[in-house]
Amino acid sequence: MLRYVLQRFLTAIPTLFIIVTISFFLMRVAPGGPFNQEKGLNPVIKTNLERIYHLDKPLWQQFADYLWNLLHGNFGPSYNLPDFTVAEILWNGLKVSVLLGFLALLFALLIGGIMGIIAALYQNKAGDYAVVATATAGSTIPTFVIAPLFQLFFALSLNWFPVGGWTNGTWRNMVGPVVVLMLPQLAIVARLMRGSMIESLRSHHIRTARALGLSDYSIIIRHALRGALLPIVSYAGPAAAGLVTGSIIVETIFSIPGIGRYFVDAALNRDYTLVMGTVVVIALFTIVFNLIVDILYAAIDPRVRYD
Amino acid sequence: MTDVDIQNAKPGRSLWADAWLRLKSNKAAIISVFYLAFMAVICIVGPWLAPHDFTTIFQNYNRVPPSLSPYPKSDAVEEALQEVVKRARVELAGFENKDGKLLVTLTSVKPIDERVTRYVDRSDVFEGSTVVQKSADGLKLTLSTNLEHEYFFFGTDISGRDLLTRTLIAGRVSLAIGLLAGLVAVFIGVLYGAASGLIGGKTDEVMMRIVDILYALPFTFFVIMLVVFFGRNFVLMFLAVGCVLWLDMARIVRGQALSIKRQEYVQAAEALGVSQWGVLIRHVVPNLLGPVVIYMTLLVPQVIILESFLSYLGLGVQEPMSSWGVLISQGARNIPGANWLLFFPSFFLTSTLFALNFIGDGLRDALDPKDR
Amino acid sequence: MNMKFKTLLVGTTMLVMTASAAFAEVVLNRGSAADPESLDPHKTSTTYEADILRDLFAGLMSQDAKATVIPGAAESYTTSADGKTYTFKLRADGKWSDGSPVTAADFVFSWQRLVNPETAAEYAYLLAPVVNAEDITAKKNGKLPADLGIKAVDTYTLEVQLKAVTPYFLEMLTHQATYAVSKANVEAKGADFTKPGNLVSNGAFKLTEFVPNDHIKLVKNDNFYDATNVKLDAENFIPSEDRGAAMKRFEAGELDLYNDLPTEQLADMKAKFGDQVKLSPYLGTYYYAFKTTKKPWQDVKLRNAISMAIDRNYLAEKVWSNTMIPAYGFVPPGITGYETKLLDYAEMSQLDREDAAKKILGEMGYSPEKPLKMEIRFNTSENHKNTAIAIQEQLKPLGIEVTLLNTDTKTHYGLLEQHGDFDIARAAWIADYKDPENFLALCKTGTGNNYSEYTNPDYDALLAKAASETDAAARMKNLSDAEAIGVARDLCVVPLLYYGSHNIVSDKVKGWEANVMDVHPGRFLSK
Repeated sequence: MLRYVLQRFLTAIPTLFIIVTISFFLMRVAPGGPFNQEKGLNPVIKTNLERIYHLDKPLWQQFADYLWNLLHGNFGPSYNLPDFTVAEILWNGLKVSVLLGFLALLFALLIGGIMGIIAALYQNKAGDYAVVATATAGSTIPTFVIAPLFQLFFALSLNWFPVGGWTNGTWRNMVGPVVVLMLPQLAIVARLMRGSMIESLRSHHIRTARALGLSDYSIIIRHALRGALLPIVSYAGPAAAGLVTGSIIVETIFSIPGIGRYFVDAALNRDYTLVMGTVVVIALFTIVFNLIVDILYAAIDPRVRYD
Repeated sequence: MTDVDIQNAKPGRSLWADAWLRLKSNKAAIISVFYLAFMAVICIVGPWLAPHDFTTIFQNYNRVPPSLSPYPKSDAVEEALQEVVKRARVELAGFENKDGKLLVTLTSVKPIDERVTRYVDRSDVFEGSTVVQKSADGLKLTLSTNLEHEYFFFGTDISGRDLLTRTLIAGRVSLAIGLLAGLVAVFIGVLYGAASGLIGGKTDEVMMRIVDILYALPFTFFVIMLVVFFGRNFVLMFLAVGCVLWLDMARIVRGQALSIKRQEYVQAAEALGVSQWGVLIRHVVPNLLGPVVIYMTLLVPQVIILESFLSYLGLGVQEPMSSWGVLISQGARNIPGANWLLFFPSFFLTSTLFALNFIGDGLRDALDPKDR
Repeated sequence: MNMKFKTLLVGTTMLVMTASAAFAEVVLNRGSAADPESLDPHKTSTTYEADILRDLFAGLMSQDAKATVIPGAAESYTTSADGKTYTFKLRADGKWSDGSPVTAADFVFSWQRLVNPETAAEYAYLLAPVVNAEDITAKKNGKLPADLGIKAVDTYTLEVQLKAVTPYFLEMLTHQATYAVSKANVEAKGADFTKPGNLVSNGAFKLTEFVPNDHIKLVKNDNFYDATNVKLDAENFIPSEDRGAAMKRFEAGELDLYNDLPTEQLADMKAKFGDQVKLSPYLGTYYYAFKTTKKPWQDVKLRNAISMAIDRNYLAEKVWSNTMIPAYGFVPPGITGYETKLLDYAEMSQLDREDAAKKILGEMGYSPEKPLKMEIRFNTSENHKNTAIAIQEQLKPLGIEVTLLNTDTKTHYGLLEQHGDFDIARAAWIADYKDPENFLALCKTGTGNNYSEYTNPDYDALLAKAASETDAAARMKNLSDAEAIGVARDLCVVPLLYYGSHNIVSDKVKGWEANVMDVHPGRFLSK
């Protein structure tokens, strides 16, 4: 098992390298640069800026320098936010996004899972339809519609939560973002759970268990659920990687200082180093969560072996 | 003799007939199919039948709420007149309304130019105005004009364009984009996955490794770069999006291909000398149709939602075209003031995605061989 | 002795103030459309930084609530007879927030830092009127930062040498790029000197917290020379990029003011909040630029015909909900002593303009049957889009087939700056300081921002003449003549709208005054 994990980490290195390379050059062929703005810069000043950030060197050398710095854990300075290094920006944002993303995923799995089980047990009855309808609604209404509606209703009309802001992470500030982040995931989890639960309930060993007279509760928890969890686990991995790296929509609308908005803003601002930083972060999370999924798989499903 | 064997080994029509029966009994799926067809038809044909062109700006009707009765509303007439006289730099002395025919009296300190009727006609509220009477010194002028009636069943947008037509046009774009990107993704995914699974060995390993790497590539970043490169042409843009969405499809297809390859009847066919190509056509493709169709019904909503995300960032389709995503993000900016801007496009988008979801579920239930 | 007494007096007042403050701390929550890029005055480039730095630092000159220039860190100044030497007398009681005195040496250090090519300050060109500044930044003629025309005569006396008479020099000194940083502090803390806890400032407030995309907290600086008159105990600058969400936060009382009211919600906001919505003119111009080197746009007549056909009133009223003002000149009104040269047809009625435009286009052989094709490029934004859509419709009846192309900001300005291919493109200029030259320089041959690539020796000559003119009135006349040629006649830019500021300010906030620079220093505000 340990060997497997190690091996996976080793294969992650070339993956990361390829991703960094693709992103680096993709970013550089994009038109415009970090210092193009509405108030155009004097050419002299632009030259100075490009010199101090080494953007005047040949591209291959910039790439080599970047890789070298990256190997030493140095993400470089941000061009558009010169008061901070890329590492500081990413770290500050990640602290918030990981917390929100984790909570959203946790609630999505819990609530979505329960909804899915209910739907499966009452297949093609009212409860099932209610779950499927809610779930579908959750995944079809865009987040940027749900978020302002949430603010209008729960913050302005009912006054339960603040409209936005983070204020160092009080729970009242977290409710809105977590709920909005959770809804689309909840929908998918519920649907997956329903599907795999139905399948699991029909399988031979459940039928056998029933025939042996085991109680419904025991059947659901011990046997059916275990089999049904697999698709959820394989879904939760990539979903977690997506969630903990934040969402630009939720963060902008709720004014949350997370990392999500940098994925878009940095790319649009051609803040090369910050873009590369976000790329590395997301790739790392994806790789790590996929690994966790595979390990969990082994834990749940004894048929899977790693040699 | 061999031919007969293959015929027998084929999954046969029964699976499809069976699936069709199951699908037919799924009411939600059938209703959804009809709804989707209906939506497609009204989005394609609707813009030609709708009362207004999707680009026409009605200067007097910015952000007017939906209404079944025609505009202008009675209190808007004076407002429109005031606006006209302000632009023509004259004074409004009074007006009377006789069943849609308006007699308007204007005064000014300077002689009034008779071209003032052009100002009146330019307003979307009036048409066919003529000078009835002009005082000798030219300081007073009476003209008659007709009220122009316009229907805005869905209201108008912030620029004063008919939201009904725009929602339908947007539907065309959204559905086309979804379908296009979906087809591209499925096409690449099936080819790639099937090739990987069928060839097997080292090639398979390398091909799947590439898929793994692409998985870890940050999707948002990639899509934004695509917008930056192809933003000018949205069709091209979504062809490109299709080119990045094929990964899941490739994995599914490879899995299927691998398991089919191990089936005894396929091995038998190969042993009997049927070419790889023949195996592919006769056995692999029919078995793949189920998952592909199901995946397509998941992919199309995914692309439509992705497009709406880009629209929220302001990176959606270029004006004057529109998409549901563009309209919804404009609508979201205008709540609570002009709710209809959010409501109509959201309803169209959500209901369409609902229908696609139900169809997907129905197909899955119908085609799932384990269920039989 | 006298000094001690003063300190005692200040101390007592402070004590009283803190005592009363203990009952209710007055905190102002200022919403802003974006975060600052940097709190280093020499690395800033946007107005979002200006708002914060103005409260953190005090330049030689400051602005009052109405944006009038008042003494700042310098309590007085004298000018030499030829108008080229300014001598500033710094306040003897001027202190940094760490208690050390603000000296002439700090200003010398800061200005040298600003023009130093190694700093690569985006606003280095602000000091261009100072002797050697431009050469230093451009590394020309072997000039080094030490050669800058600024010197500390003694601890509190600062002497600045200008290349030519610069009437807007004092106005310029209110700009954040000319603020001083503490030499001792920057040298001690290095690149981290802007971090909360490190940053030392001489303004009404000092920095205590900076969480990017969340908030920046400033608290009252007791060492500020006018601290007794500062009524706020703290200010939070809260970025809210989503304007709709910002309005909801204002409604919920989470923000006391916000500086970028969404125009599409203006009518609703006015209905709901009445005169808490503040609209006022602002020194900025929204314009379109033709690529004057490309056929057929090199034709001045054609440019004018298109300009005439654009109904600016409609744009201002309907598209921008009156947050903008129709513009017929490049330099916005509000600069004392300057008379903007308006386009010839500024006084014509829109119908006459359209008739004239139709006639010109007809003569050139364009009609709805044989249309002229034109592509409007603009950077992605809801309002730019709506503006372009409206213009597209306005030009349609004249036989001009307009297509629209929006790209992200970097692509847009990257293309303009590299003089890429386009027909007509959207751009804007917001004044850095109140002077027409700040606008008109954009049409000078070879300027980086001259997107239309307009070039005219007469125009350049008039600007050069203005630059060396000592008499203020004659200088304004030269500039005005230049505008008459370059803008009013040749349309090096097609002015469309003058910017307006659109703030929403809670009734609870006192001391807020609308002004053309849209500056609202926290030291004059209370709640």
